[in-house]
Amino acid sequence: MSEMEIPVGTSAAAWGTWSAVLTVTAVGLLLGFLVAATDRAVLTGSGARAAVGTLQSGTRLLLEQRRTTLAPDSLLWRLGCAAVPVLALLSLAVVPIGGRTLLSSSADLVWFNAMEAVLWAAVWLVGWGPNAVHALTGGYRFLIQGLSYELPLMFALITVGVGAQSLRTTNVVAAQADLWFVVTMPVAFVVFLASAAAFAFWGPFASPAGADIAGGVTSELSGVDRLLVDAGRAVFLGAAAAMATALFLGGDAGPWLPGPLWQLVKTVGVVVLLVVVGHRVPVIRPDRFVEIGWMVLIPATLLQALLVSVLVLSGFYG
Amino acid sequence: MLTDLPAWAVAAVIALGGLSVAAGIAVFVVDSMARATFALLTSFLAVAGILVALQLPYLAFVTALMMTIEMALMAVFMIMFMMNPAGLMPMTMVHNARGSAVLGAGAFVLLTVGIWTMDWPTRNGAVPADSTRQLGEAIMGSHMLVMLVIGVALFATIIAGTVLATARGRYDRFGAELDAARPDDPVPGGLPR
Repeated sequence: MSEMEIPVGTSAAAWGTWSAVLTVTAVGLLLGFLVAATDRAVLTGSGARAAVGTLQSGTRLLLEQRRTTLAPDSLLWRLGCAAVPVLALLSLAVVPIGGRTLLSSSADLVWFNAMEAVLWAAVWLVGWGPNAVHALTGGYRFLIQGLSYELPLMFALITVGVGAQSLRTTNVVAAQADLWFVVTMPVAFVVFLASAAAFAFWGPFASPAGADIAGGVTSELSGVDRLLVDAGRAVFLGAAAAMATALFLGGDAGPWLPGPLWQLVKTVGVVVLLVVVGHRVPVIRPDRFVEIGWMVLIPATLLQALLVSVLVLSGFYG
Repeated sequence: MLTDLPAWAVAAVIALGGLSVAAGIAVFVVDSMARATFALLTSFLAVAGILVALQLPYLAFVTALMMTIEMALMAVFMIMFMMNPAGLMPMTMVHNARGSAVLGAGAFVLLTVGIWTMDWPTRNGAVPADSTRQLGEAIMGSHMLVMLVIGVALFATIIAGTVLATARGRYDRFGAELDAARPDDPVPGGLPR
């Protein structure tokens, strides 16, 4: 009866709560590592050595002594830094892993969206905490960028929910048994991936951490704080890639190979696509992106939602 | 029996309700705009947690989503419009301390007494299997008129607020004769026009 009494079908019910939580955490960290290593490989052209390099810099950050600033707001700063990876892992809780999600409710897509929204607060706090002008500027840039991508992202998620007639991720995957949603929802797919880059403030949307403001929100981070924020961004991007696989690319569906392997192949494909394309697009100024978001992306995603609604009414999705 | 909620849900509602009130009090105790804002956000997130315990996942997640975005934007505007733009100087959220304390305590007592002494009606029917679907059907069905009216009213308020707040009108953008081909804006937009 109760949503929160771990309904049958979640990984928590199937594998036990702790092993399910550990699995999601491990998958999240691996996804983050995959994103960071791919990012480094594309950026430096160093191939497989990028994986070693990623581990090396992660370990160095873990051991490095933390420096601080004059009169920081330590409480809010630490809270913000810790929240970034936690929210990334929480957003992964509604992504199917091995066909099951850790949490399952009738509003999974809203949960994913809410975790990304709470990230607004976390990133602004990371910028606010150190009492430094560049960091705060970066925090404000993130919010301005958020105002531009948030509504298109919501409409993209709504489009998926309309097409699947459900906000539950496992139902969304099941609804794509005949046809992947990317075929009828290409605009939503692209907007979702672009928004993923935007909420991880990565690639073309990296201006909150831009070089022109000395690293922005990340400028005063060192040691374990920087590790938490950078790892959190990578995990968020990886979780979004896994979510894109579930929402648009049929999840674990595919011939010959077992389901989880298909899901892995698709997720890796989305990560590589994101990183390779993302590094070929210049950084977009947040003040410029506002007009693009509101004048182009919102109408485009609304038309996409309209198209899918008409298809649903005509019985296209069965 | 006070409620048909399971014991863990009652415990969660009590704990989160306490957290919500404590965080609400913290808003008026802390001396920084950022801390006040995020204490208020903590209070709202605790309310979202209560909604989860009441088995209303959609309302809970939407509350968390909307309130966080709202608080983030409020932080931007409140700090922007304060005397000290960075918001770093100590401040207080309390003005007219005695009067507001009396008002606040009075409202709290009134509501609490009302809630606990009211003869609440008993539930008709059972808990829906899917509260999200039921909510959607209510909004798109029996309550569509009121939702549309509220939506349009909110939208009109936003437009009116923006019009009242901006110092620049169409004559500033397109010239006295409104015949400029391109608007003269302080921040150029992202589109070529």
